[in-house]
Amino acid sequence: MSNIAIKVENLSKAYQLGQIGTGTISRDLERWYARIRGKEDPFLRIGENNNQNTKSESNVVWSLKDIDFEIDQGDAVGIIGRNGAGKSTLLKILSKVTAPTTGKISGKGRIASLLEVGTGFHPELSGRENIFLNGAILGMRKKEIQRKLDEIVDFAGIERYLDTPVKRYSSGMYVRLAFAVAAHLESEILIVDEVLAVGDAEFQKKCLGKMGEVSKGEGRTVLFVSHNMLAIRSFCKKAIFLKNGKVEEVGNVTQIISSYLNRTDKHIISFENEDFIAESIEILNKNNFIVETITNGERLRIKVRIRTKVNNPNMGFCIALYNETQELVTCINTFHINSFISDLEIGTHEFIVPFQEYILNEGRYHISLHLNSRQGTLYEIIENCYSFTVLDDDVRRGGIYRGEWPGAISLVPEIKIESI
Amino acid sequence: MVKEEQKWTIESSASLFNLKLNEVWAYRDLLVLLVRRDFVSFYKQTILGPLWFFIQPLFTTIIFTFIFGNLAGISTDGLPKPLFYMAGITAWNYFADCLTKTSSVFKDNAAIFGKVYFPRLIMPLSIVVSNLVRFGVQMLLFLILMAYYYFAGANFSISWAICLFPLIVTLMALLGLGAGMIISAMTTKYRDLAFLISFGVQLLMYATTVIYPLSEAIKKYPAYAWIIEYNPMTPIIETFRYGFLGQGSFSWLSLGYATLVTIILMLLGTIVFNKVERNFVDTV
Repeated sequence: MSNIAIKVENLSKAYQLGQIGTGTISRDLERWYARIRGKEDPFLRIGENNNQNTKSESNVVWSLKDIDFEIDQGDAVGIIGRNGAGKSTLLKILSKVTAPTTGKISGKGRIASLLEVGTGFHPELSGRENIFLNGAILGMRKKEIQRKLDEIVDFAGIERYLDTPVKRYSSGMYVRLAFAVAAHLESEILIVDEVLAVGDAEFQKKCLGKMGEVSKGEGRTVLFVSHNMLAIRSFCKKAIFLKNGKVEEVGNVTQIISSYLNRTDKHIISFENEDFIAESIEILNKNNFIVETITNGERLRIKVRIRTKVNNPNMGFCIALYNETQELVTCINTFHINSFISDLEIGTHEFIVPFQEYILNEGRYHISLHLNSRQGTLYEIIENCYSFTVLDDDVRRGGIYRGEWPGAISLVPEIKIESI
Repeated sequence: MVKEEQKWTIESSASLFNLKLNEVWAYRDLLVLLVRRDFVSFYKQTILGPLWFFIQPLFTTIIFTFIFGNLAGISTDGLPKPLFYMAGITAWNYFADCLTKTSSVFKDNAAIFGKVYFPRLIMPLSIVVSNLVRFGVQMLLFLILMAYYYFAGANFSISWAICLFPLIVTLMALLGLGAGMIISAMTTKYRDLAFLISFGVQLLMYATTVIYPLSEAIKKYPAYAWIIEYNPMTPIIETFRYGFLGQGSFSWLSLGYATLVTIILMLLGTIVFNKVERNFVDTV
């Protein structure tokens, strides 16, 4: 127990699906009746797992199921997993916002959690007043905030606006101030959920720098949830990979990230609304075979299969192609073929998106499919729905290929030489 | 190094009576800041500022004097009418504000509660304290009115029961807090009560001796006066009037009864509140 900061044992959390309110009184009574007879809660059947795609008979979903892990003091740990894997639930339980259904967490040291920036900011109050209020909500004493006031104001860069109500702040200033307060909390354990998704690139860098400082310099334990693998890799040593509410893997950060990114279980995607059903996504090689590895000299095609339920469906999609470091390589949308989409009738349609030869660099790629309306209103993002590897065929580069070429893409254009 | 006493555990169930008062104490600065926030944000960007605290009771008193006093001709125990009504309104408002605000505490603060942990009890406590500030301001108005009538030579006198003032304020605060916490805990799942509370409080005012003295109710409706007598707010307001204006039905028995009801509601309220605060985020 000496070096363990957080120890999670058998942690589970159940959520009730569907409408809460109507019918709950009768259910509450049933629950209560089961309890006084010493029986189990009839609505918490054990054994259901959390798969958001399949419908289940029971109304209860286990967002986390029998989670066990330990975190050493001073470690920076990244928590990764797809949307709905239970990451946020885990952080919520750790921050005591909600209680677990079963299980126990023990640990030592003050916890500061940052599930959102600017919680409790009051628009009418000035920046200074909000620093104190927000700091107190996060668990700081007034003296502590007083001592750190200059540092906070300096970090946020809002000195001139300190006595202006925050409703007059630009959104960037607002976020900077909010993060600055949270970043100056004195705690042994810091829990951060995806807050870096806000703010401009420069500020994000600053936040990451500050968080790195916190975990490395001050030796605090940090738990960090993000979809930004670069951010996780840059300052977490370890990572926990959650999948469908269970711990899939724990270990070294690089190893976990690669196993997370390479985990493409199926190419069947399922999304349905009134207009259409997205059925599958595949990569085809020149021989029309579904492949996961392809050379860059081959003509690669992405095939998206969609079943339309109405004539003239209001649909569109965007294929977001990410490389291994989760940088967006390109985004291919369907806006330019809207006139063809409006001609579609009820039936199954395959959208085939060809890629030029010699454009993708060697490496592993991940596709996220964004489904949207014709005007671009987002319905759903299906993350990491297909992964594939591109190998350099070494032909165009004249057979002198030695290892990986740098750069996000690998253009091999015709180079003309004009001697003068 | 981490001290031993900083160890903690998070478990699925907790004891009902553990109020975590030491935690509440550790967050006392937050309580102060929340009260300050309520007070400051109330009159930000208004011209009259804190004067708004006066306007509501003042106009209510004028309307009550006109309608109940002059038009309906309800007796005021021989006291000057505005003074009689303002005494009732000031006390009643404090209780009613505590009750209504506390009863929606989970709903109103769901955004904060869902993102950060602090002892939830801080929120209802801050409501009671910030309303106390408001009550203090309104008491000032009441005292000014008293002074005016005193110099105008009206027929009233302060009695010894004024010493019970701190007790009365505490009872009103705890009664509003206790009942409010019970309702707030229930509204996280069933919103129905939230609708009931807004007009329920209004109706309850008529079952309390705000616009009429208890003696009058007993005289006119001897068969139904027990409803008014069993209302724990009645002895509180009667004692308040008796203390400040020297008129009103005061008895130790009824005040004791009000105290008992308050204690029971507070106990029940804290238990329910404690039970609900752990998981309400999932259902609110």
